[in-house]
Amino acid sequence: MSGLRLKECKELTERLPVQEAALPTRVVLPLQQSLGCPNDPIVNVGDEVAEGQKIADTQKTVAAPLHAPISGRIIAIDNLPNACQYPVASLVIEAIPGRESQGLVGSHWQVDEFTPEQIRKVVREAGIVGLGGATFPTHVKLSPSKPIDTVIINGCECEPYITADHRLMLERPAELLEGARAIARAVGAENIIVAVENNKQDAVQVLLDHNKNHNLKIVVLPSIYPQGGEKVLIRKLLGREVPSGGLPLDIGVIVNNVGTAVAIADALKTGRPLIKRVVTITGSGVKKPRNLLARIGTSFAELLAQCGGITDDAAKIIMGGPMTGLAVASLDMPVVKGTNCLLVLNQRDARDYEEKGCIRCGRCVRACPVGLLPNFLADFAKLRDYEKLVDYHLADCIECGCCAYVCPSRIYLVQYFKGAKQELKTRRAVCR
Amino acid sequence: MKLFNISSGPHVRAAEDATMIMWWVVIALLFPTVGGIYYFGWPAAWLVATVTLSAVIGEMVFQWLAKRPVTIVDGSAVVTGLLLALILPPTLPLPMGVIGAIAAVVLVKGLFGGLGYNIFNPALAARAILLASWPVAMTTWVKPFETVTTATPLYLAKIGQATPGYWELFLGNRAGSLGETSILLLLIGAVILFVKKIIDWPAPAAYIGTVFIAAYCLGHDPLFNVLSGGLILGAFFMATDYVTVPVTTKGRFIFGLGCGVITVLIRFYGGFPEGVNYSILFMNMWTPFIDVHVRPRVLGCKK
Repeated sequence: MSGLRLKECKELTERLPVQEAALPTRVVLPLQQSLGCPNDPIVNVGDEVAEGQKIADTQKTVAAPLHAPISGRIIAIDNLPNACQYPVASLVIEAIPGRESQGLVGSHWQVDEFTPEQIRKVVREAGIVGLGGATFPTHVKLSPSKPIDTVIINGCECEPYITADHRLMLERPAELLEGARAIARAVGAENIIVAVENNKQDAVQVLLDHNKNHNLKIVVLPSIYPQGGEKVLIRKLLGREVPSGGLPLDIGVIVNNVGTAVAIADALKTGRPLIKRVVTITGSGVKKPRNLLARIGTSFAELLAQCGGITDDAAKIIMGGPMTGLAVASLDMPVVKGTNCLLVLNQRDARDYEEKGCIRCGRCVRACPVGLLPNFLADFAKLRDYEKLVDYHLADCIECGCCAYVCPSRIYLVQYFKGAKQELKTRRAVCR
Repeated sequence: MKLFNISSGPHVRAAEDATMIMWWVVIALLFPTVGGIYYFGWPAAWLVATVTLSAVIGEMVFQWLAKRPVTIVDGSAVVTGLLLALILPPTLPLPMGVIGAIAAVVLVKGLFGGLGYNIFNPALAARAILLASWPVAMTTWVKPFETVTTATPLYLAKIGQATPGYWELFLGNRAGSLGETSILLLLIGAVILFVKKIIDWPAPAAYIGTVFIAAYCLGHDPLFNVLSGGLILGAFFMATDYVTVPVTTKGRFIFGLGCGVITVLIRFYGGFPEGVNYSILFMNMWTPFIDVHVRPRVLGCKK
C-alpha cells in the first residue's frame, strides 16, 4: 500500500495566476453535470436567459440545478455528444450580439449568519457539485445521515499537471477558509482539516497566514499519488478506514475539494451560482499553458485558442489529469462542472503501448494504495470470472491507475477493471 | 473534424518495461559469468555460449512451430540460458548443455504457455532433469585453474573433511557450479538488481536468514553454509524469479523461509550435499497456493 511519486509537470502552470477566459459566444450544457440524476430543462428553445438564471432543475435529491453561464438565447435543446461521444440531453445558449453579459450584482452576507439549513439551500440553489472531478452534489454531502466530526478540505491535487486548486489556494485563501467553515457549520463538525501536499509550500504559507484568526488545521503531507483520493486521504490524516462499500460519512468524515469550498463561500456571500470554474490548460501539446477561469459550457477549442492553440504534434486531449482523466476524441467538447484540467499531450508523451503478458513481477501489488492484487483481478476480468472478481474486492478499486502506470508489461489494468465493474453492475441490476 | 486518439487512463506510464528488466538481469548475471570463465577457463566459456545460444534458438524454433509470436528480443530466453549455464558443472559435455537448455525453454516454459505461465523455474527444472539423466557428469567438479577433479566444499563438509576458508569461498576459489562460486561477483550482480529495484528483499533475506539461523541451531557452521553451495546464486537470482514466486511481499517472505528450511533439511539430513536446487523447485509448487491464501488486507475490509 504505497502509491507513487510521479513526475509532477506542474511547473508549466503553477506560477501563472488564474485569468478570466474570454466570454464565449456559445455554450453547450449537458443537462446532467453531477453524479446522480439528470435535470429537466425549465426553459424553451427561443427563450432569452440572463447570466446566472436557473435553466434546468429536478425534484430528485441527488442532483444539482444548472444555470446559464452567459446571457443569451436558448437555440437548442437536443442530444449532443458528450466527452465519450455518447449523445446526452444538452442545452445550447448563444450570446446575443451587442448585449454583453452584465455579471451578477452580489449581495454581501457573512458566512456566520447562515443556519445549517440555509447553507444547504444556498448550496443546492447555486448548483454546486464536487469540483475535484467527482461532481457529487454538494448539498447532499452537507445533509449527512450520521454525525460528522471532521471536515477535510482536500487541497492535495496529487495528479500531475493540474494546478487549478493550487492557484485557488494561493489567490482565494480567505474564501477557501470561509467555505470550509460553512461546510463544518452545515454538518455540525468540530474539526476542519485542510490537507495540502508539500509541493505547494507557497499555498501552505498563504493558508497559515489567513488562518491566524481561525482554528482550522492546515496539514502538510508528502507529495504522493493518489493521496487526494478521499479514502486514501482519510486513512492518512485520521487513521480511519472508510468501510468497503461505504462512504466517508459512515466514519464521521466528509471530504470536499478546495474549489468546492470556494464556490460555497462565493454562493453564500454573493448569491452567485456556479457558472465558472478554474481549468488548468496544459501539457506538451499546448503552445501557451494557462490557468483560466472558464464559463461552464465553453468549448475546449475556444479555451485552447486562448492558450496559443495546440501544437502540430498534439496527439491526445485529456479531460482531467494524466492518471484518471478521460481522453476525448474531439475539441468540440464543452467544459462541465467537473472539468479541472484540459491536458493536451504530444505524440511523444501520449505513446500507445502494446500490451504483453503478465510476468508476475508484483509491481502493481506494491503500488496499489488500497491493497488489491491487480494482476489477478486482470486475469479474472479477462476470464469473466465474476465470482472471483467480487472475492478479490474489485469493488474497492479506486481506479487511480497506479497499477497500470507501473506495469512493465503495459497491461491496461484500469480498462479491464472499469469494464468488469460495469458488467458487475449490469448483472446485479438484472438479478433484481 | 480532426479526431484524436482515445484510450483508458492512465495516459502516462513508467519508463521501465519488461524487456528492460530482462536485460538488466542479463547485465547482473554477466559478473558471475565472467567470474566462472576466469576460474574454470575455456570449457566454461564454451558452455556459457552453447547453453545460452541453445536456449535462444530453442525458444525461437518452439515459438515458430507452435505458431506463437516469436519473442526472442524480450531477453527472457537469454536469462534462462545464462542462469542454466551458471548452475552447471563447468566441464559438462556441451551436448548435455544443449539438451538442458532445450528442456528449459520448451519443456518447462513453452509447453506451459511461455513467459509468465511456467510453474517451475526453467533453469532449475532443467538442471534437475540433467541431474537425473547424467548423474555422474552432473556431479563431476574441477578445481579452479586446473583440470583436476575434486569435491565441492559442501561434499567435503558432509564427509567430515577440511573445507576451504571463508575468504576463498567469498572470492570463489573453490570447486562448484560455473557461476555459483564467487560470492563477491554474485553480490555485485544482486546489488545492481536491488538498486534498479528489480528484485526485493523478502525472499532472499528470508532464505539466507533461515539457512544461517538453522545451521547455527543445528550445530553447523552458519557462515560456511551461506557462502558455499548455490545458496547466494539461488537466493538472489532464482528465489526472486517473478514468474515462479508469489507476488505479495508476505508471500515472498514465506517462499524464502520454505526454501531455507528445505535446503537445510537436504544438506544436513538428505542424500545430497546440496539442496538449493530442489528447495526452490519444491517451493515453486507452493507458489499458487501461497498466492491464493496470502493476500494483502484491503482498505476498509476486515481480514
